[in-house]
Amino acid sequence: MSAMAAGAAATDPMLPAVARVVGRRRETADVWTLEVAPPDGWAGFAPGQFNMLYLPGLGEVPISMSGDPAAPGPIRHTVRAVGAVSAALAALRPGAAVGLRGPYGSAWPVAEAAGADVVVMAGGLGLAPLRPALYRLRAERARYGRVALLYGTRSPADILFRRELERWRRQLDLEIEVTVDRAAGDWRGSVGVVTRLLPRIAFEPVSSVALVCGPEVMMRFAADALLDAGVPEPRIHLSMERNMRCAIGQCGHCQFGADFVCKDGPVMSYDRLRARLKIREL
Amino acid sequence: MTVETLERYILEHRFFEGLEPAFGSLIRGCARNVRFEAGQYLCREGEPADQLYLVRHGTVALEISAPGRGALTFQTVHEGEIVGVSWLVPPYRWTYDARAAELVRAIALDARCLRDKAERDHDLGYELMKRFVPVLVERLHATRLQLLDLYAPPA
Ligand SMILES: Cc1cc2nc3c(=O)[nH]c(=O)nc-3n(C[C@H](O)[C@H](O)[C@H](O)COP(=O)(O)OP(=O)(O)OC[C@H]3O[C@@H](n4cnc5c(N)ncnc54)[C@H](O)[C@@H]3O)c2cc1C
Ligand code: FES
Repeated sequence: MSAMAAGAAATDPMLPAVARVVGRRRETADVWTLEVAPPDGWAGFAPGQFNMLYLPGLGEVPISMSGDPAAPGPIRHTVRAVGAVSAALAALRPGAAVGLRGPYGSAWPVAEAAGADVVVMAGGLGLAPLRPALYRLRAERARYGRVALLYGTRSPADILFRRELERWRRQLDLEIEVTVDRAAGDWRGSVGVVTRLLPRIAFEPVSSVALVCGPEVMMRFAADALLDAGVPEPRIHLSMERNMRCAIGQCGHCQFGADFVCKDGPVMSYDRLRARLKIREL
Repeated sequence: MTVETLERYILEHRFFEGLEPAFGSLIRGCARNVRFEAGQYLCREGEPADQLYLVRHGTVALEISAPGRGALTFQTVHEGEIVGVSWLVPPYRWTYDARAAELVRAIALDARCLRDKAERDHDLGYELMKRFVPVLVERLHATRLQLLDLYAPPA
């Protein structure tokens, strides 16, 4: 892929539009949030969806939207620098150009959860793809029962969106519990795995909806803990990660059992994933 | 605090949920009500494990100190949970420090008293085991996940 189209109206679905970086913000030591101006034809996104971001000469990677889906203005992506493409994306300055196609993939069932308690479980960077769902839940808070965010990460320094979480916690419309794997010195919060937070919140398991995103091992154990608590399989939703190329269900790169993660996912319900999650290297 | 209140606290604690009231009064004989200010230690690594604590309020940080690195918290224990499993198995010694991270109210159970009662009354002993073993298994499982360092940057 050598060219970038001038607008998303391009007929070739594999041709990225050119988007301008308009802002950049450091979140933690290796995580940055990029703000890009919506390219022509951008019609918004649903929480949980992702874009393919492309840098000529380096490659193209899937990155979820992490901003408020209802807010006008730039599209936000929160990127962890782990390899060539993600590190180059995280280093982009305002004014730089980036290729963008999307939005792609399935969404968190936020509207469908109306009337229910909602348990959001995030691990590490998994909070980023969940943040748009949290914005939606907050915006229509009265439509839901209890809403809790249980967030586990490596250490206090790795907590994403910390100020925002603190503000939300003060406003009392979400219950927010954060735990880290290890802490030294002045950390006054919880230490331990994220599943230990579950018994601490009040919710009605059978009718709750759970949204889970994080490393796959974390999601497996989170799903087990939710099931043990009594949340039915179809009400537990995970966001899967697989390597991607086309992102439009054509190349088969992201195949996961009978599904393509780019098209049928990334968000899928546990009843659909159960058997496959336990199989190694699928 | 009256013995009745103490017994009620024991029976209402999540750790003893569903316990037969008769056992409650046996356990109460080993119990006392305690309180720790923020920063006080419930126990210190290496000391004899002669107590265990049912946390009723507040947060306890379980820590290991390493030279040059200070105290590292590997787990926090909260309302409805317990501090102390070392009292169950010889040599009955604490293997970590437990520090009150904020005001902590707890029921302290005398370990020797509890061991003696469990030895005499195996039904009580079995009830205790059924409650302590899951805590041990859960901590082992949590330790394994923490060792995996799931949220670390990929190597
Ligand atoms: C649907 C979807 C949404 C995603 N959303 C985000 C997001 O919002 N923010 C973000 O930073 N990343 C996200 N990712 C992951 C991101 O796409 C990868 O990190 C990126 O493709 C890595 O490319 P690279 O060229 O930088 O690194 P590579 O050179 O491809 O990889 C560098 C190292 O990272 C490891 N690695 C690559 N991908 C992953 C991964 N997904 N998980 C763990 N280790 C990995 C590789 O094994 C290798 O060791 C998402 C992935 C998917 C499938
Ligand atoms: S990435 Fe090509 S089919 Fe999913």
